[in-house]
Amino acid sequence: MPSLGADMDRGKILEWRKQVGDSIARGEIVVLVDTDKAEIEVESFSAGVLEAILVPVGETVPVGTPIARIRSAEAGARPAPKPVTPPPPAPPAPQPAIARPPAVTPRELPPAPAVASAAARPHATPLARRVAAELGVNLASVAGTGADGAITREDVERAAAPRAAAPPPAVAPAARDRAAAMRSAIATAMERANREIPHYYVESRVDLANAIAWLAATNAARPIADRVLPAALFVKAVALAAREVPELNGFWRDGGFVPASEVHVGLIVSLRQGGLLAPALRDVCEKSVTQLMADLRDVVARARAGKLRSSEVSGATISLTNLGDQGAQRVFGVIMPPQVALVGFGRVTEQPVAAGGLIGVRSVVDVTLAGDHRASDGHRAGRFLAALARRLAEPESL
Amino acid sequence: MTRDALRREVLEALAEIAPEADPASLRGGVPLRDQLDLDSMDFLNLLIAVHQRTEVEIPEADYGKLASLDQIVAYLEARQPGGRD
Repeated sequence: MPSLGADMDRGKILEWRKQVGDSIARGEIVVLVDTDKAEIEVESFSAGVLEAILVPVGETVPVGTPIARIRSAEAGARPAPKPVTPPPPAPPAPQPAIARPPAVTPRELPPAPAVASAAARPHATPLARRVAAELGVNLASVAGTGADGAITREDVERAAAPRAAAPPPAVAPAARDRAAAMRSAIATAMERANREIPHYYVESRVDLANAIAWLAATNAARPIADRVLPAALFVKAVALAAREVPELNGFWRDGGFVPASEVHVGLIVSLRQGGLLAPALRDVCEKSVTQLMADLRDVVARARAGKLRSSEVSGATISLTNLGDQGAQRVFGVIMPPQVALVGFGRVTEQPVAAGGLIGVRSVVDVTLAGDHRASDGHRAGRFLAALARRLAEPESL
Repeated sequence: MTRDALRREVLEALAEIAPEADPASLRGGVPLRDQLDLDSMDFLNLLIAVHQRTEVEIPEADYGKLASLDQIVAYLEARQPGGRD
């Protein structure tokens, strides 16, 4: 069970998108997991063949529990492939009472062929495979009654019937209210953040006159679906500033700062039903503002629809929160561990600004940086905000 | 499109953005962002959806005229063939 965010300590298997014997490409979606906060599509980190499903649909297990075994593509036809090394166990944070499986009992399906292939797999319909995985039925032991002897869903259900008559091995916990579960997950993460991270804050008022004028001119020439919001400029400017001040881009792990080689910006997205998610936009420095705007629209829509992928909910190297739409003047955020910085944007307003001995009215935004004092100090934060302001003053270069 | 048809299109577009919104309780003359939890991304998505449904071009400079349901419907109606712009 991968960690899909700092506030996740367990996950529930909702649906296996791949079945035993299926080939899996790197990055392909394998399983749908409920994290309390959202349903997340989990992608495979490697290519290979799904050799065993270790946790069936409906079960909840702690982060770090092996949930499947994938034989890597490199393993080839070796007769006894080594199981995937389980991820390290979850940190010893207090664990809520979870119905942990008594042991990781592989629900092996076809008795391990040397190399899984379509020919070696029992002939079964996709639905039958899915039902078999859900019910823990070994397809190799089921006689098919469908076309060409294919195993059908009815065959699987018949095979599972005697088990169904037996007392269930465990009672699934009652479905918890989604909003309450999300609040609880956020509470746990924020308690951890405030307990472990010595926050400091630095604030700066950033002139947006050039950025707003550039956006107006750019958007006037674009169809509505291609127009850019200030948020896309903020994301790009944060990423470029983080690259200039790498002490703010990375993770605090095992008592030390680990700088990240790329900049993946986590976006704090509020959900309509309450709560928040923090999907990451990856490799932001390499993307144009137009591409970032498209990515923003896509990821925010999918976050609110509960359709994020595992690669998007983990891996952020610095986060951004923007409460300007809610009218907040400035934001003093809480860092998402193991990250070491969070940038907060308030409302864009017009303010009297003195420059060159003259007073004018300009668009401005108050930007705060929450830093982890274990990893950086105010001097670095000041440099970061100065770099951010410089980038936003030159929007055409973003 | 008639005014009623345009209103339906806007409400359907709004339902895509804010499914929790109850059309019956919306006050036509009150800014949508005061009645619903819409942020700037939601508002842009609403206008994109309205544009796709009605084919009316909406320059960014006009966003300020489109705060309420009544304002959006009137704006669209004025840009229908034969409408007064």
